[in-house]
Amino acid sequence: MYTFLRELADSWAMLGLLLFFLGVIAWAFRPGSRPIHNDIADIPFRHENNPMGDDELGEK
Amino acid sequence: MRHTLWAVVYGVIILAAAVATNFGRDLAYQVAAVTVILAAGILFIREVKLIGSPVPAPATGYMDNVVRYGLIATVFWGITGFTVGVWIAFTLAFPEMNLGFAYTAFGRLRPLHTSAVIFAFGGNALLMSSFYVVQRTTASRLFGGNLAWFVFWGYQLFIVLAATGYVLGATQSKEYAEPEWYVDLWLTVVWVAYLVVFMGTIYKRKEPHIYVANWFYLAFILTIAMLHIVNNLSIPVSIFGAKSVQVFSGVQDAMTQWWYGHNAVGFFLTAGFLGMMYYFVPKQAGRPVYSYKLSIVHFWALIFLYIWAGPHHLHYTALPDWAQTLGMVMSIILWMPSWGGMINGLMTLSGAWDKLRTDPILRILVVSVGFYGMSTFEGPMMAIKAVNALSHYTDWTIGHVHSGALGWNGMITFGAIYYLTPKLWKRESLYSLKLVSWHFWLATIGIVLYASSMWVTGIMEGLMWRAVDSQGFLVNSFADTVAAKFPMYVVRGTGGLLYLTGALIMAYNVRKTIVGAGAAKPVNAVPAE
Repeated sequence: MYTFLRELADSWAMLGLLLFFLGVIAWAFRPGSRPIHNDIADIPFRHENNPMGDDELGEK
Repeated sequence: MRHTLWAVVYGVIILAAAVATNFGRDLAYQVAAVTVILAAGILFIREVKLIGSPVPAPATGYMDNVVRYGLIATVFWGITGFTVGVWIAFTLAFPEMNLGFAYTAFGRLRPLHTSAVIFAFGGNALLMSSFYVVQRTTASRLFGGNLAWFVFWGYQLFIVLAATGYVLGATQSKEYAEPEWYVDLWLTVVWVAYLVVFMGTIYKRKEPHIYVANWFYLAFILTIAMLHIVNNLSIPVSIFGAKSVQVFSGVQDAMTQWWYGHNAVGFFLTAGFLGMMYYFVPKQAGRPVYSYKLSIVHFWALIFLYIWAGPHHLHYTALPDWAQTLGMVMSIILWMPSWGGMINGLMTLSGAWDKLRTDPILRILVVSVGFYGMSTFEGPMMAIKAVNALSHYTDWTIGHVHSGALGWNGMITFGAIYYLTPKLWKRESLYSLKLVSWHFWLATIGIVLYASSMWVTGIMEGLMWRAVDSQGFLVNSFADTVAAKFPMYVVRGTGGLLYLTGALIMAYNVRKTIVGAGAAKPVNAVPAE
């Protein structure tokens, strides 16, 4: 296990993890993401009392 | 037919547990088996009574009853855990308080305290809040029907089995992973069911996007599953006995343990509770989270970095140097996501800071996020090798853990409880906001007394241990440090007592709210003159 972890820690695996991480952050800041993120951030303020579909007349 | 089948299943479990009781090789194992008989017995009677009853219509709406039970369990286990904590804190100052029984020795009550607060209080807070939040943010009912009830009651059984085991001396001697093999196996079953309920609910979500709180909750559930299984790889000596032998040994076992131990902090006490922060702070402030982009960066940075930080628990040991340095460096890099998250939580209040003057619940949540920032600053600092050379094995570590546990985990849970109680029981408001203020101040002052006394005593004993005279001989014996620590131990216990008092006030307030005492108030709102 030691050898495996040592290999993992200074090999392509480490670089792959780093690149994935940087990619995720770059993706979060992609152009045009602001309206989507504003919409997601608003999720907690919808459907407080009933699931979607259960209250067609109630909250939106 | 359904009920008959289940009754048979429970009957078989009772029989198997009775056999295990008979052949059990030690008291802890036998008590665990009897506990299983009792639990299965209750379920057996319940099913027999239900035989022949009509199949109920499928339920609609949010599944909140399990959240209500979870909230009450959180309060109950919190007070239990705090009480044991205060007890053993004073035992360190006044050793007579161990009563002279093996069952009440410090070494047995300490894991009882840590497990009760982390896994029973914190675990129930995470269970019930995740069930509440995932339903609201996916706009759909919990997946799996009664599986959520199995998760709740199964988790309580896990707590009881673990706790009775500690008192009776069954432990595998791994910090925060003390329960023996049969308890570990049971927790694995419960945890997989938890994952199924949570993932299933996310899968059938009505909102197209997955809100960030659910990302944190999911990371917590998945990672804890992985950590729990790997760190508890052990072979029982007998299937009818509590004792087991670890698969790993030596430094590899130590590294596995602290890979588990630190990520239990990182994913149980941090990621899971951040899920709470990202829901309850915006809700109580009435504003969406300050920056959703920052919350995404917070999430991924935390996930990628935390998993490497474990080796800082093993500085200056047989662990290879490169691993120690890796753990130290990763711990320091963790500053950034932690503080990013704290800023995100605090800045959610921008434009609503005035609410802090009037809303004691928001105050509790904000202090909690503040303690998150403070203890995630202190932690990386203590992970630096040069600092660790002084702080390790001292009470500074205990102070650090408690500023995180009492300040961050405890306070955010209290905030969530105060937010949820009127919502879950359909009350206008809490019974008393004044009592919330009392709780806030008692808890905050309690934490300050606790943390500062532990800094003083920790640094003092660290310096006393390393002091050498001109000839190179140690100046102090171990007993000298114990004597010098006495006043700080009394202050620490007092801080704990204040914190416990605050929690008792909360329990009273929650109970009054549940029975509806708050609803009567508006009647007297108009003055007589």
